[in-house]
Amino acid sequence: MLQAVLEPGGDAATALYIVAFSMFIVGIKRGTHPTTAKQGNLVAAVGMALAVVTTLLLDGIGNWGLIAVGLGVGTAVGVIASVRVQMTEMPQMVALYNGVGGGAVALIAWSEIRHGISLGEEMPLDTLIPILFSAVVGSVSFWGSNIAFAKLQDLIPTKPLAVPGQQVINIVLLIGILAACTSIAINNDDPNQALFIGILIAAAVLGNLVVLPIGGADMPVVISLLNAFTGLAAAAAGFALDNVALIVAGTLVGSSGTILTLEMATAMNRSVGNILFAGFGGAPSGGGGGGDGEERPHTSIGAQDAAIKLAYADTVTIVPGYGLAVAQAQHAIKEVADELEGRGVTVNYAIHPVAGRMPGHMNVLLAEADVPYEQLREMEEINPELPRTDVCVVVGANDVTNPAAKNDPDSPIAGMPIIEVSEAQQVIVIKRSLSPGFAGIDNDLFYEPNTSMLFADAKAAASEIAAEIGNL
Amino acid sequence: MTLFTEITIFVLAVFVGFEVISKVPATLHTPLMSQTNAIHGIVMLGGLIVVGYADDPLEYVIGTIAIAFGAINIVGGFMVTDRMLGMFARKPKPKAEGDGKGGAG
Repeated sequence: MLQAVLEPGGDAATALYIVAFSMFIVGIKRGTHPTTAKQGNLVAAVGMALAVVTTLLLDGIGNWGLIAVGLGVGTAVGVIASVRVQMTEMPQMVALYNGVGGGAVALIAWSEIRHGISLGEEMPLDTLIPILFSAVVGSVSFWGSNIAFAKLQDLIPTKPLAVPGQQVINIVLLIGILAACTSIAINNDDPNQALFIGILIAAAVLGNLVVLPIGGADMPVVISLLNAFTGLAAAAAGFALDNVALIVAGTLVGSSGTILTLEMATAMNRSVGNILFAGFGGAPSGGGGGGDGEERPHTSIGAQDAAIKLAYADTVTIVPGYGLAVAQAQHAIKEVADELEGRGVTVNYAIHPVAGRMPGHMNVLLAEADVPYEQLREMEEINPELPRTDVCVVVGANDVTNPAAKNDPDSPIAGMPIIEVSEAQQVIVIKRSLSPGFAGIDNDLFYEPNTSMLFADAKAAASEIAAEIGNL
Repeated sequence: MTLFTEITIFVLAVFVGFEVISKVPATLHTPLMSQTNAIHGIVMLGGLIVVGYADDPLEYVIGTIAIAFGAINIVGGFMVTDRMLGMFARKPKPKAEGDGKGGAG
């Protein structure tokens, strides 16, 4: 077997770790530009390989059979899952990977505390406190991520599930966890393992209870937050193990995840606290004005009319939403765009920051359909051009186009940034019905005089429109 | 390392994270989130270390699962990110040379 050659915390190991985490920083930095992102990911992956190899060479590494089993099984699962996953299922996948990361941290913390107990010495607080922190956060992250995965995968209802007295239970759990942690820290000469397991369980219950009441629309923010938490938990594990690579890498993820979380929440005009502690999108509120029971007047058209409107336009802007992804309509929409471009029509895609189920998710889906990167326009950039746009096609997007966000201060989504579709000369909305979106409110856009509703499955409708344009 | 050396590293890393990340266009947020997700798979190193001093069956099981979880996090995370970014990379260079076949599944 390999002979240990590096002293833990020694110069050689530390130097290799420094190279590794530098590669993470370079990798993330390169990940900020579309032309270098792929290379950046590779750089970070090589850095990770270096960190893993360095660790395997440390003195004290043993039980090689177990390491081989763990690495083998984990690698196989990771490879199969990432090759098989559909691009539409990406948010769930990220949730799942985040969850296993959190689970790993919690298990490591448990193992460390057992090790500390078996040594029979007083555990120093600068080791014990990070262990407790990573145990709690890792466990919350593991269970919270699994719930997020189950919700996005429709294994459990995406509707907010409220438990009576929820907030009180959460607070009691949190206080209990803190009290138990304090007790272990005070009795650090002989940490109580049963109490520690109790903490892991209480944190697991807390993770479930915090995420269960959150609706599907807010899930990206939750996943992003849990991603940041897992990063911090990893950094805490680094403190406990005196491992500089863990500290730096975990912290990087913690700070990046925090920024991403705040950006997402801002784009949805929600505060993170609001998302976590107030159920949203459950019961449809009549905030949009009327709409209960009786149907409001609207115009509906067929694929042929839609094709004619599009074919004779100069500029067309496509507004894709999650419905497009669900219907797997990205390729069919690309066909429509190709037909239109063949006729000299300028085609753009307006991307809302939270289109899809994660920021940037829609870009990934459209890139999968070979839509040129330059045609993907961000909301702030495209909004001023919309009044000069001949036809806007809304495919599977709803709340992010609702003019009530701008016009109705009483609307639950008031102030949320929207793509100002109703400013365009004409609007075609491809949708199955007039039903409300995630926010559970009526969309005023559907009833505007310049809006035509095309009631159909997004993919079927887009294919039909593409064919009709070709026949013109 | 002393505690305060570690805290210094932590604080500096927080700011590096803010600086590096805050320049990302929203377009790349999903790939970036996926990549940072893969990076926190670094906790697997902790699994490798603790399994080294594991000495009873329960600790063997805990450590092995921790390593497997970490490996899923790392391998799956980087591969999925590569898949996503491969889609972006395709268009800017339509048919340049033969460099497009890197990690396609």
